[in-house]
Parts: sequence; C-alpha cells; structure tokens
Amino acid sequence: MPTASRDIVVSNTLGLHARPAMQFVDLANQFESRVTVFKGGEEPAEADGKSVMQMIILAATEGTPLRIEAEGPDAETAVEKLAGLFESKFGEE
Amino acid sequence: MKLNEFILKDAIVPELRATDRDGVIRELVESLAAAGALPPPAVDEVVAALIKRETNGSTGFGKGVAVPHVKHAKVKQMAGTIGRSTTGVDFAALDHQPVYSVVLLLSPENQPQQHLQAMNAVFNNLQQDTFRRFLRQSDSREKIAELLDEADQGK
Repeated sequence: MPTASRDIVVSNTLGLHARPAMQFVDLANQFESRVTVFKGGEEPAEADGKSVMQMIILAATEGTPLRIEAEGPDAETAVEKLAGLFESKFGEE
Repeated sequence: MKLNEFILKDAIVPELRATDRDGVIRELVESLAAAGALPPPAVDEVVAALIKRETNGSTGFGKGVAVPHVKHAKVKQMAGTIGRSTTGVDFAALDHQPVYSVVLLLSPENQPQQHLQAMNAVFNNLQQDTFRRFLRQSDSREKIAELLDEADQGK
C-alpha cells in the first residue's frame, strides 16, 4: 500500500483548535487513505486524522511540529492537500 | 490541565430545562454568570457569540456530547461548566444524534495555548466511553462534581 508523509509546523496563532481540526478532518475524509497525525516536541502524541476529538486532543499550539502520514491509494495527494491547510494557516493569522 | 482548574462546580446544571440548542447555551452561560465567571450584563453578548460559533460549525462532535466554546473579550479568566439533558438536544451533531452532555467553555481572547489545553482535558475524558456513560447518568451537581474529581485523579 502506498504511504506518504510530510513534516509541518503549526503556524497559525491560535493553534489547532476546533475549527481547523474540523477543516482538517473534513478534508482527510475525502481520501481513501488512512491518515495519522503525529505530534513531536515535548509531549509526543498521535491522532487519527479522521477523528475531530483525537485531533483536538493533540492540543497542537503554534510552533508545534507535526507529521502527517497517509497510507492508501491516494496517500501522496492526501498529505499534499492536508499539509496545504497548515501552509495556508487555515485561513487564519 | 485538570478539569477542576476551569470547570466551575457551582455552575453545573444537572437537569437542563432548555430543550433546544440556543436555550441550552443561554442556560449554561447564565449559570456561569451566576457563579461569578462572567459579569451578568455580558451574558447576551457571550450567548450571541457562542451561537454564531455553533452555527458556523457544530461542536457536536458525536457520541451525544457537544462542546460549545468561544474566546471573548468580556471573559477575564477561563471558565467552563457542564449541562446534562435527559431529553436530548439537537446540536446539528456530526453524527446527527441528539446531545445529552454539554461542556461549555469560555476563554479569554489572548490565551490560545490555555484554551487548547482545556479542550485537551475535556476531550481526553469525553472520548472515554465510561466517562460519557457516567456523565449521562449523574443526576445531581454533586455526582457530576465527583465524576470530575475522579477523572482528574485518573481513576
């Protein structure tokens, strides 16, 4: 099964709060691939990228390093699009 | 972060009177104001902000729970409360199921990290089947407060 991953850093001031978490999950659900998000830094954790609750539990603040991993037929496109959300700061500051 | 660091036990509503989303939000904000978390004149403004936030995207993330929350200038210190509905409330939840437990959180504007930590504490517990079940069964303020104490102690 194809896999792909991308390292990003949370760059919006408010961090990965509920709205961006939902935006991420909405997009992740459009892909067939399994999506997992790993949090680095002092308190490592991982979340199912298709679960809003798990994504919120990451409590990823501004500056937190995250790795987005996808496994499935559309893995490459999934990580690219999902990383793009962080790059655009979810439309925030 | 512990639940007891921001959930005001005095503001817990074990039997919500309201049966619709906006009514539940108002009831919980009024309860927080009565417990001293918010100046009473700010209630209308905060309720409106919460409803707007909820309309933009439901915080009913499934499994019978909703977590309406807002960052607001009138809130000086983070404060939350819990409301329990026996009838179930339509929160336009992601799984289209009624909501029986509502955790409402008010945060000041400039503390995004603290807000994320509080949401982390809330969902760490709400994600657990046993916590959700006990919360739904706790029919008094004391029982809910006890459940929060146990959750904070990691029982």
